[in-house]
Amino acid sequence: MLGKLARRAATSSSDLSSVPWRSSLITLSPLLQAKRQLCLGILPDGVDRNSESFPRNSKAMEDLISQLQSHINKVLAGGGAEAVNRNKSRNKLLPRERIDRLLDPGSSFLELSQLAGHEVYEEPLPSGGIVTGIGPVHGRLCMFVANDPTVKGGTYYPITIKKHLRAQEIAAQCKLPCLYLVDSGGAFLPKQAEVFPDKDNFGRIFYNQAIMSSEGIPQIALVLGSCTAGGAYIPAMADESVMVKGNGTIFLAGPPLVKAATGEEVSAEDLGGATVHCKMSGVSDYFAQDEMHALAIGRNIVKNFHLAGNQGMIDGLQRIVHDYEEPLYEVGELRCIAPTDLKQPFDIRSVIARIVDGSVFDEFKKLYGTSLVTGFATIHGQPVGILGNNGILFNESALKGAHFIELCTQRNIPLVFLQNITGFMVGSKSEANGIAKSGAKMVMAVSCAKVPKVTIVIGGSFGAGNYAMCGRAYSPNFMFFWPNARISVMGGAQAAGVLAQVEKSNKKRKGIQWTKEEEEMFKAKVVDAYDSESSAYYSTARLWDDGVIDPADTRKVIGLCISAALNRAPETTKYGVFRM
Amino acid sequence: MSLMASTILRKLQLRPFNLQLRFFSSSPVKSETKQRIEKILIANRGEIACRIMRTAKKLGIQTVAVYSDADRNSLHVKHADEAVRIGPPPARSSYLNASSIIEAASRTGAQAIHPGYGFLSESADFAQLCEDEGFTFIGPPASAIREMGDKSASKRIMGAAGVPLVPGYHGNEQDTDLMKSEADKIGYPILIKPTHGGGGKGMRVVQSPSEFVDSFLGAQREAAASFGVDTILLEKYITKPRHIEVQVFGDKHGNIIHLFERDCSVQRRHQKIIEEAPAVIFASKFLYISYYMSIIVMESQFMQPNVISDFRSHLGQAAVSAAKAVGYHNAGTVEFIVDTLSGNFYFMEMNTRLQVEHPVTEMIVSQDLVEWQIRVANGEPLPMNQSQVPLSGHAFEARIYAENVPKGFLPATGVLHHYRPVPLSSTVRVETGVEQGDTVSMHYDPMIAKLVIWGENRAAALVKLKDCLSKFQVAGLPTNIEFLLKLANHAAFEKGDVETHFIERFKDELFIDPSNSVSVQKAYDDAKHSAALVAACICEKEHAFLRKNPPGGLSIWYSSPPFRVHHLARRTIELEWDCEHYDSGSKMLTLSVIYQPDGSLLIETGNSSVPALEVKVAHLGNHEFKVEVGGISFDISLAIYSKDQTENIHIWHGSHHHHFRQRVALKLSDDDEIKHKSASDTPSHPLGAVLAPMAGLVVKVLVQNRSKVEEGQPILVLEAMKMEHVVKAPTAGYVSGLQVTSGQQVSDSTVLFSVKDG
Repeated sequence: MLGKLARRAATSSSDLSSVPWRSSLITLSPLLQAKRQLCLGILPDGVDRNSESFPRNSKAMEDLISQLQSHINKVLAGGGAEAVNRNKSRNKLLPRERIDRLLDPGSSFLELSQLAGHEVYEEPLPSGGIVTGIGPVHGRLCMFVANDPTVKGGTYYPITIKKHLRAQEIAAQCKLPCLYLVDSGGAFLPKQAEVFPDKDNFGRIFYNQAIMSSEGIPQIALVLGSCTAGGAYIPAMADESVMVKGNGTIFLAGPPLVKAATGEEVSAEDLGGATVHCKMSGVSDYFAQDEMHALAIGRNIVKNFHLAGNQGMIDGLQRIVHDYEEPLYEVGELRCIAPTDLKQPFDIRSVIARIVDGSVFDEFKKLYGTSLVTGFATIHGQPVGILGNNGILFNESALKGAHFIELCTQRNIPLVFLQNITGFMVGSKSEANGIAKSGAKMVMAVSCAKVPKVTIVIGGSFGAGNYAMCGRAYSPNFMFFWPNARISVMGGAQAAGVLAQVEKSNKKRKGIQWTKEEEEMFKAKVVDAYDSESSAYYSTARLWDDGVIDPADTRKVIGLCISAALNRAPETTKYGVFRM
Repeated sequence: MSLMASTILRKLQLRPFNLQLRFFSSSPVKSETKQRIEKILIANRGEIACRIMRTAKKLGIQTVAVYSDADRNSLHVKHADEAVRIGPPPARSSYLNASSIIEAASRTGAQAIHPGYGFLSESADFAQLCEDEGFTFIGPPASAIREMGDKSASKRIMGAAGVPLVPGYHGNEQDTDLMKSEADKIGYPILIKPTHGGGGKGMRVVQSPSEFVDSFLGAQREAAASFGVDTILLEKYITKPRHIEVQVFGDKHGNIIHLFERDCSVQRRHQKIIEEAPAVIFASKFLYISYYMSIIVMESQFMQPNVISDFRSHLGQAAVSAAKAVGYHNAGTVEFIVDTLSGNFYFMEMNTRLQVEHPVTEMIVSQDLVEWQIRVANGEPLPMNQSQVPLSGHAFEARIYAENVPKGFLPATGVLHHYRPVPLSSTVRVETGVEQGDTVSMHYDPMIAKLVIWGENRAAALVKLKDCLSKFQVAGLPTNIEFLLKLANHAAFEKGDVETHFIERFKDELFIDPSNSVSVQKAYDDAKHSAALVAACICEKEHAFLRKNPPGGLSIWYSSPPFRVHHLARRTIELEWDCEHYDSGSKMLTLSVIYQPDGSLLIETGNSSVPALEVKVAHLGNHEFKVEVGGISFDISLAIYSKDQTENIHIWHGSHHHHFRQRVALKLSDDDEIKHKSASDTPSHPLGAVLAPMAGLVVKVLVQNRSKVEEGQPILVLEAMKMEHVVKAPTAGYVSGLQVTSGQQVSDSTVLFSVKDG
């Protein structure tokens, strides 16, 4: 049986040799084969490469990925050639280059929300003008928050603030030390109403710094450029800060404002340069000769954290098996599984088989509530409990989900949600069976679970299904979308149907006749709006998620997310009142 | 042909065995009074001390090392059975301190003293003192040292013995005016040299009458400082000379033989750097044709074998006559100058010691000369007569020095951060007195090692020499290895067309001319290629370490290739190329390393002239790598060490060696007053400042502050490693900021003074 599987994997791979991401044939050593005999949960391949949908799905996903890549290439270029050159002429690096030099050599970096701000404002705002992500420095996972001075001078648009706050939220949740690479002109003044006054606006950045610092999560600022007005509080609120001679400036008011206010004429360097703040004011702690020096000092600061905010390591939580196996099947085939037409069903197990170590998945309650697949596995050696949708949620599926979540929280096993859900079953039978009650149990379990949670939306994310499967509102530690994913309260067609009925009865009351054409036009408008607003790009641009990923990267991204999320001591889960 | 050669070689290998039998059967005649040598004190340091100890050990003789404070932990001390401290670092207080050496010998109960070369090896007084104190001096009789040590006297003796001499003045009268008129009589160019000493110290060439007086006085001063005697002799300077010397050996029974000649023509600063044996005797510019009038050979063609052996025996006989004229025994070398234009050879001097380059002779005659020295000192007769001396193959010796080649071969000092000589074999010898981590100090000769190569013939030996030089790894201080390699690769050297001005004659080819854009571009491209390989190796090395030992158990974050969301991870590595071809002395190279999905590395040099390299690297451990570029895989060695707040990286691959520096940002000062010197900055010294070209002692200050000087006028004299270096005014003007005084020690690149207008 297993040999057959392996052979099948091997032969099928040759059919796909033209697919570029296919790197090598999968072969099993005799030892590994023997080991496999002992495993109950090896998933079958689950992909029918001869089906007529296989090439169609592959092609559709290929198009989506090349579209995604072209958007990404634009944001990786920052604020345009001119701004990039100006930045270079000041001996400054770009934010991703700065991060690369802070990271441990050859280490990975999990960048978040690359497409933040995508087509949100009239002007492009690549990556929302700020680069955030997680990576190791001297073996300590850190959250990086780096202004991009080539994008609108590094000023804070509303989405910039949202992205900054989201990074801080993750850092607080995972207890990750924060490295702020400051090079910003402060708030974007034309939009002051959207960036200044509200709770989750500019001021929240410093509030978060204070709270995290109080929790022992190190807050470090590297002042690599200007740091004006409100921005001045980022280094001032930091535990330790570094300033670069010449480029780094910190002041509440810049030279023009000072002249206007007091008549004093002073240069930026004399007003708030590194010398002033390291020698006289004490606003900054380390004097850097240049940017490279500053980044080197930054690395050294992390080296000296010792145990600060490092509960994960103290508790020995990262109990990871290092010699895990790759999945039995080609990870890149994840690009061929999900249909772009969300109505087409597919077996979630074929996805799980390409995410978990050795394609081993020990399924829980396999025969009960089959529209929700639950089970245990490891990803990059880290134990996980996986919940994946195989259709709409019924009573039984919801109860099974709640049960499984309880198991995982008790054992402190991180949860992975693979969302492809149109919602809970509707209809009189369901209602009578108490689907609302069953759904509430699962939502209660998801909400209260204190283990790390990672949600990947691989298809639809509609209605209450989004809630039960740990949507954004349920604070998963990380949430990513595949490019084909869709998110909305319900499907466009259903919404159009509902709204058309409401509209029709309104018009009927007013005695207005509604022609068939008018009704169709009305419906088409609703469908169009739903269509654009439910796309992965619309979501990720507004930070409803942490990024759109290539399906082929899913295993890697989940692995990194869980590793980051385990950087803290476990918490005991306490549930509320389950309606029985 | 090769069959024949190997047969000869086989015979030679058998011979020493027979010789030894003869050795033991013969009984000492003269030295019954003295005990047979069982313990030797070596009154020297460095490689020669180690070399002598090796033979002594082979013969079961115990060894005593002497050392100055600077050499407390050096190799010759470690190799000896016993070691005695003899004084502070300066040679005159230690290795030239005869009484402490004699005292060390009596305290340790040595029967004999081997002086090595240099230091006291040619001091007749020391040889006499040894004998007077009852120690066997392993070397010639004091009388022979004395007679040959005085160059004027030795020439008189040689003239009387019928050995040909170069025209010159050898009188005791040293009045400047007289010397000047004698020089004018001989005709320029003229060679000035001290009557005592050797090794080129104090020697000067004077091209025209106007330069004579300055040079003469300088030579006198240097002679006095080095040898304690300031007598100077004058000689006709031979424009295209070869330096050929003959190894002679005598026993205490009156037998003297020669062991063929060595060619030591390739010299810099009048010191040899590549020697070979036997000499290439060939017909460039009808060499020796005046000697053998009947033979006409085409240029660049080798002489007929019988002509070679005729010339060789003629030269050898002259050398033997020279040695006999002074009643010589033990090892000695008779140096001849051969005028390649006329074909005449003249006696130059006799070195009454074992020479630095003795191994090349050992290699072609398959004998251990130090063993001969000890046996002869024991009173045994020579193991063979002239006709029994074998001659097989060809040998080269390349002297590897710590020196600054582009700065005119100035001696260099520093730490041997990385030292990996080539593997030894029966045909490859490395004579060295240092090991990794040792310091080459300013107190002694900066020679690091002698690389000695033997081959079936000259061409075969040369191939091996080049290979060994390119694999000889030294890092931490500047060396002449690259230069030796260029020499060995030069077409004229390959042909054997050598003369003492070889380096000067071919300087355009041996040094990269900064104005030659083609060669500069080539050197630059080579450096960039090496830099790309360095970048790949560093990335792989660091990454491999973290992959194996993931800090914090975060193995997933260190997997290969590093993960990025929707793009490939990149790394920028900046390397400063330490090159001699630019005025600035270095050039910044920026390499972009892009981690490819298959684990290989794409290295972009940011320049169209060198295409991006896709490199697969495997780290074999330590500093060894196996890389694959464009389907060809090869080995790379790196040496990495910190010095002067920068990371220094050396790379060896194929026949290439490059040195790069990488800035360690963290080591920068955090003081804002100190300006960081970036690569593009010029040194922040005042305009017209003159820096000390090397670390050394100020021996003489010739002018005072505010005095008006002409361009090129000597301002002060520095001495380092017993070499005098005149620091001259770079431009005409007024001297200012001159604060050093005679007797003061200065370090490399100290501002000595500056010359300003008005």
